[in-house]
Amino acid sequence: MTAVLEARQLGKRAGRATLLDGVGLTVAAGEVVAIIGPNGAGKSTLLRLLSGDLRPSAGEVRLKQRDIGSFAPRELAARRAMLSQHINVTFPFTVEEIVLMGAGERSLREAGPLVDAAMDEVGLSHFRERQLPTLSGGEQQRAHFARVLVQLACGEAEHGPGLLLLDEPTSSLDLRHQIDLVEAARRRAAAGTAVIAILHDLNLAIRFADRLVVLAGGRLAADGPRADVVTRERIRDIFEIDAVVHQVDGVPYVLPQSMRAAGQAELPPR
Amino acid sequence: MSVAAGIEARSPRHSAGQRAASFAIPLLLVVLLVTAIAALTVGAAGIPLSRLPAALGLAGESTSMTARDQLVLWSIRIPRIAAAVMIGGLLAAAGAIMQGLFRNPLADPALVGVSSGGALAAASAIVFTDSRFGEALRFLQTELLPLAAFAGSLATTTILYGISSRSGRTSIAIFLLAGVAITAIANAGIGLLVFIADDRQLRDITFWMLGSMSGATWTKAAVLAPVLIAGLAGCAFIARGLDLLVLGEADAFHGGVDVERLKRISIVIVSAMTGVAVSISGVIGFVGIVVPHLLRLVIGPAHRLLLPASVLSGAILMVGADTLARTIVAPAEMPIGILTAAVGAPVFLFILLRQRGLAAL
Repeated sequence: MTAVLEARQLGKRAGRATLLDGVGLTVAAGEVVAIIGPNGAGKSTLLRLLSGDLRPSAGEVRLKQRDIGSFAPRELAARRAMLSQHINVTFPFTVEEIVLMGAGERSLREAGPLVDAAMDEVGLSHFRERQLPTLSGGEQQRAHFARVLVQLACGEAEHGPGLLLLDEPTSSLDLRHQIDLVEAARRRAAAGTAVIAILHDLNLAIRFADRLVVLAGGRLAADGPRADVVTRERIRDIFEIDAVVHQVDGVPYVLPQSMRAAGQAELPPR
Repeated sequence: MSVAAGIEARSPRHSAGQRAASFAIPLLLVVLLVTAIAALTVGAAGIPLSRLPAALGLAGESTSMTARDQLVLWSIRIPRIAAAVMIGGLLAAAGAIMQGLFRNPLADPALVGVSSGGALAAASAIVFTDSRFGEALRFLQTELLPLAAFAGSLATTTILYGISSRSGRTSIAIFLLAGVAITAIANAGIGLLVFIADDRQLRDITFWMLGSMSGATWTKAAVLAPVLIAGLAGCAFIARGLDLLVLGEADAFHGGVDVERLKRISIVIVSAMTGVAVSISGVIGFVGIVVPHLLRLVIGPAHRLLLPASVLSGAILMVGADTLARTIVAPAEMPIGILTAAVGAPVFLFILLRQRGLAAL
């Protein structure tokens, strides 16, 4: 399988602080990767470096065998799509107008089928004419996911399998829509898209991804198949909590508990 | 496939914005025409509708009044209305672009000091070209004023963006407060110029403080026209980028927008539009807030339609306000800035209260 994305020795500094140091990551077409780790581990920084939004202080990111910094914004948008965490739209654009933004210069007449399919997929077809700011946080998130799916589809139609980046895509979604989103992303992967997502819910991450990448303190702490990465010891090391890890049909299932409940002294604040 | 069936059922598809576009622009053009004709007929020397065709040279029969009517129309009223059309269009479009750029409906070049920055530069140009040092440039004063005002507005907008944007996010509180501070600095500069100016310069400078169309001539209208045309062409170029910018700088970039270039172009367009308008009419506030706000409620926020519609609506508002300004206290003239502020400030407060209401949720 060909690598869609290759990151080598990635480092990012902001002033004196080191946000990310020596991170390497290769993601092949059709692969689904979840990035997990505690707050401040550098997950969002890593995703922004992989998206080409931030420039690394060290190392390089290659998208489809080409330095990501060498793409013009429009070329980049045709090869990778990204869903951010908090998007606050101030003007009264309708859901349809927002989703259509993913189609670039294409008019609604050209991109209509893609827009319709994406709105159906996130379950927002009945809100087509609603103004986005009047929707709930979760519904807005789904509208933006539909926009990103349209962007991905438009780009893949021209340039083949692309890269889909998701920054905590499920943070404001209810259970049903969390599962819907995971399945929508996996369908893209089955068609060849490389998918990378930051997720906080370990069980969702396990369900979402075949491969987990663990970041801690700006460094890569683990990278591998979910059953290898998710162990009681690693959860204790990384998240500083105790957890019961069950295996259900070879898939780990995590039940987190506080350290105190596990009969241990509370950890000092970091 | 269900998707294909969906296309059959709904094709051809138009968005709400496209539907609005089919009637908004023609409707606004008609309203502008009617307003302009009404503006032609009223004033210190009234020209009733029945005498208008002859005065415009469209009908043959000349009466004793025709010569006088023609003089009034062609040397005073028509250049003034032409200037009002273009200044209204420039200010409203500049407001709409600035709101898109700062992602906030409260952004207005006059409110945040961009107009004052232009006025300061224009006032400086007056004092400089009248001084011993600037003697050589005095014959260029008419051309120099719009350029100076553009430079002043450009500097102000750039400073404002630099202060209020940090890593892709624009703080609205900092933006408005920085605007207050910049307005204060510009006004202090204008105050200093007033202090050192002689009586004749003082009269010219005071003019910028009040805002009026009374200085409009064909020459000045000729300065406005190319800026408006170039600005409109620029609007077509930045419209889609401004739409995506509503997602924030990072997500506009993810969507394929060259955000840095978009910001630079927008800042230059806003500054040129505001600066040149200010150099002709002085500081006229709130047109840039009221017009785009009302339009968004009717035709939606998509800039491809909002920007040209703002130009037409701003023109209508300015011609109407100027006609009112020169008739309500005739034979004297009300400064037009007072009228636009009387209408605009309540609208501004209304938007502010609505935003507060949303924030409380």
